[in-house]
Formats: sequence, structure tokens, C-alpha cells
Amino acid sequence: MNTQEADARIVFDDVSKFYGEVLGVNRVNLSIPAGITSLVGPNGSGKTTLMNLMTGLIRPTRGRMSVLGISPDEPERLFHKVGYCTQFDSFPRGLTGYQFIYSYLRLSGRAHGVADRLACEAIERVNLGEAAHRRIAGYSKGMRQRIKLAQALSHQPSVLVLDEPLNGLDPLIRAETIALFRRLAEEGLNVIISSHVLHEVDAISDQVVLLSNGYVVAEGQIHGVREEIHEQPLQILIRCNKPGDLASQVFHQDCVVEAKIHPDGHSILLKTRDAERFYLLLNRLAQNGINIESVAPADDDVLSVYEYLIGTEEPSK
Amino acid sequence: MSRSRLPWALWRAQILAILRLEMKKTFINRRGLWIYFLAFAPVLLYAFHSFVQSKHGRRADLGEDTHIFAAVFQFFFLRLAIFFGCVGIFMNLFRGEVVDKSLHYYFLAPLRREVLVVGKFLSGLLAALVIFGASTVLQFATLYWYFSWNSVQEYLFHAHGVEHLAAYLGVTLLACVGYGSVFLAGGVMFRNPLVPTVVVLLWEAVNGFLPGVLQKISVIFYLKSLCPVGIPEAIALDRGSPLALIAVNPAPASPATAILGLLVLSVVVIALSSVQVRRMQIDYAAD
Repeated sequence: MNTQEADARIVFDDVSKFYGEVLGVNRVNLSIPAGITSLVGPNGSGKTTLMNLMTGLIRPTRGRMSVLGISPDEPERLFHKVGYCTQFDSFPRGLTGYQFIYSYLRLSGRAHGVADRLACEAIERVNLGEAAHRRIAGYSKGMRQRIKLAQALSHQPSVLVLDEPLNGLDPLIRAETIALFRRLAEEGLNVIISSHVLHEVDAISDQVVLLSNGYVVAEGQIHGVREEIHEQPLQILIRCNKPGDLASQVFHQDCVVEAKIHPDGHSILLKTRDAERFYLLLNRLAQNGINIESVAPADDDVLSVYEYLIGTEEPSK
Repeated sequence: MSRSRLPWALWRAQILAILRLEMKKTFINRRGLWIYFLAFAPVLLYAFHSFVQSKHGRRADLGEDTHIFAAVFQFFFLRLAIFFGCVGIFMNLFRGEVVDKSLHYYFLAPLRREVLVVGKFLSGLLAALVIFGASTVLQFATLYWYFSWNSVQEYLFHAHGVEHLAAYLGVTLLACVGYGSVFLAGGVMFRNPLVPTVVVLLWEAVNGFLPGVLQKISVIFYLKSLCPVGIPEAIALDRGSPLALIAVNPAPASPATAILGLLVLSVVVIALSSVQVRRMQIDYAAD
């Protein structure tokens, strides 16, 4: 990778982190481009360790990282470009939501007027305007989560690192927050999210990094990751007018492993080890009087990939 | 980077921001109420003394009270009040944030960690100075409160009273600088504050019994050298007696050497703390 590419990415180069004798992450090689990237894995898989490493809160035992070409050892440069919403549910004592954000903007050297404007904008972005001048100690869990998010994005960073940012949010705020992440990614931000709520990860991620026991199990766009899992046949859901006929015609084909009528009665769910051959077969069948309404992969989502690769250590669905 | 290109204005602004953030924590803190009690205990003592003296109409003895002040200042105020006050203030600058799990907010700001150490040290110093400086002035005022105004004027302006007060304030300042830097380092390097506190307390206590070279690696050596009034009871004793060794420097440093020595000691300790903070990792679970 050339320097220009590295300057636009988050790069882990053979990074390992041990806490004494306990493994945090081992031999991680990643190059994360702009967009929304989700770190997915069960508790203790190394998600927070990776985030803490890229923000310099902890140091690697081995290897090197850079965020947009900047080493985490240079906080004075790094945090002009990076905002990190950690999982720690703690705050400096005695501050209101506004004071919390304003104070840390002043800490970065911004003048009063600029800090005031940026603090107000960030608070509005997370819909906490009415509570801004109340003490954080009196906030609900969801409000504390949002004020942390506001603080992380208040200085308009290029990289936003969010450790379980949806924890404690009610469904409405959750949806608003996900929409905010999408907007930020569309604005060109590099958003790194850790989550164990897989359907949300699936809905918002451009790419995923799957972690298990400190190792990166898979990375990339979820469809690409699914295609690499050869040992699990691909599941395809086909909606058509004659699901019974279709099932009987494909059942004896050697590229089809399994075919069954879906409980809705209008579709069949089949498994194939050779998707390309199957799609050619399907074209032929469609010309023989079966009206196919839709064909969609049924297991190239994060949940399925997670189950295939990580198995029983299952986070929330 | 040449010295002229260093971002001094940015660092100044960042240090001011740290001071604003820290002030509330250092001054208004229930956990720190005992520091106020420790600092102002001599004021209460002198107020009581003056009240009893004036009530019973006893003859005021300026010389005797000046010596009482010198002894209380050296044995209680310097060695206990400021010492433990600085433990409470400076040890918590980093340690307290680790306990509260809020240190990471500083580490996630675009801020050199060396600037953070200096900012935190200055905020602790400001708090310590306000508390112990105010106590020194009030001690002076309450001790001499029952004397006639003429006697006080005579003492202040013709018997070095003002110079004594200035010297005591200077020693208070330097004590806060010296012990502050040591306990800031203690809070950065040790998880258990008891360990550095006991070690420094013992080191300072046995300082008078140590060889000359080792005496200079302490705070109390320089502070003793700068105290304007000696303790007659200790001076009168044989040089080898424990009280004399504790209270009197057999080879005191000159004021310039004492001030410079203490400042150099503090700068070295703060620099070492900065190196340590630069390497520091956030691992609240381990703490």
C-alpha cells in the first residue's frame, strides 16, 4: 500500500496486544477504508482492544498502527482528526452536558466563540438541546450515551470510533442515531462501530471485521465474506408461482444440496455449493413455465456469516 | 522544531482550559474537606491562644510568640499540613481520574501529554497555594491579633515582621511546589497512594540523619534552610541530638541555592512524570 492510500485508511500492521499473559488481539492486519465499518464479535473477542489501540489508549505489544497516516503515539495530531465514543459510562464530575463538550473543545485550543458554536451544534445533532444545561449526573443511560457521542463528533473529526454506541438507546433514538451514522458516512467520515446487535450492524455497515478470541476471522464487505465461506452451502430464497414444481425439478441437480418449501407456501429455500451453475439452471427453468418473482441470497448477512464463522458464541440478534 | 516555532500560545490556551476543568474538582470536593481542616487547624489554635491570652490579660511576648510560630510552622505546618495536603491534592490529579474513570477524556484530546502534566500540576499548585497561603496569612494575623496595634506595627515594619511573613509565604509556595511535584509523580507511578506517601514521609523524617549529599535529595532540606526564624530550643541542643538534627540544618543551603535546588528537583520530577504519563495506558479494570 502506498503512502497516499495509507493516509486515507486505518491500518493495523501485524498488531498484537497482550494484557500480561491474557491475549487481547493477535497478529491483526487490517486496512480499513472510509465508510461504516463494524467490528463484530462476542464479548472478549477484541473489539474494544482494537479501538483502544487505534486511539492510543493502550499500546500494542507488537506491530504498528496508523490512522489516516498518523501514529496513535501523537495524540496532539491524531485527535484533531479522530473522535472516540468509548464504552466507559463515566464523566468528569460536576459538569453539565454543554460544559462537558465545551470544556474539551477549549482543551483542543479552540477559542470561546468557536467552542460554544461547535458544542451547541453537536448537542443539537444528538437531540439533547433541552437537557444541555442539566448536570450529566442526572441524565438517563441513553442521554449519557448521546452526550458522549456528541462529544466525540463535536470537533468535526474525519474518523469516528464508536464502541457500542447504540447501547441504552430506546428504539426511536436508536433509529435516529443509525440515520446520523449514515449521514456522517455519506459526508465522507470513516466510522468504526463495534456492536453485538447483528441486525443493526447488517443494516448500517459498508464492511465488517469479524473477531473471535482476539483473532480477525474475516473482513471486508459482507457479501464478499460470505462467498469465501466455501464449507457452508449458499442459501437462496426463490419466490415463484409454483414452488412445489420448482423444488421437484431442482432437487435432483447435483449443484443443489437441499431444497424445501418455505413456510409461506410461495417460496422455496434451497442450498447450493455452486451458485453460478445454479443460476444458469434457474434461467432454464424460468423458460419452462415457472414464473420467478424474486431470487435473493438468504444467508449473506452478518448474522449468518457470524454463525458460520464464530458459531455458538452468539451475540444478540 | 526550533524553540520559536513551538506552539506556546496553543499550550497556554490548553493549560488554561485544564485549569478551568480542574478548579472545581480541586476546590469543591467533599473528599478533600480534611485538607481544609489540616490547613486551617493552626489558625484555630492561634485564635484560641489569642482569645485566652487577651481574656486573662496576660503580658504579650512578641519574641516568644514568634518562636512558637516558627516551631508550629516547621513541625506541624510544613511536615504535616502541607505534606499531607499535597498528598491529597496532587496524588489525586491523575489517580483520582483513574478511580473516577474519566482520565481517558484528557487522553482523547489533541493535547500533548506533557502539557497535560504541566496543566494538572499548575491546577494543583494553585489550589494548594490558595489554601495554604491563606492559612499562613491567617495564622500570622490570629497569632498577633491580641497585641496592641503599636506593637504589631513595630514588629512588622521595624523588626522584620513583613520580611518574616514574606519568607513564610515563600516557603509555603516552595513546599507546595516541591511536595506537589513529588506527589504528582507518586500518583502517576503508584496505584496505591500509601506506598509513595510512607516512603517520602520516612525519607523526609530521617533527612537530618542522612549524609550531606543525600540530604539535598529532599524537599525539607531546602525548606528548613529558608525558614526565617530558627527554633531556639533545637538550636540550643547538642548538634547530634535528634531534635536538633530534625529541626536544624548543620550546613544550610544559601537562599538562592535552596530556591534553585528545590525548583530543579521539582522540574526533574515533573519531567519524569511526563515521561511516565506519555507511556500511560488506560486500563481501568486493572486499576
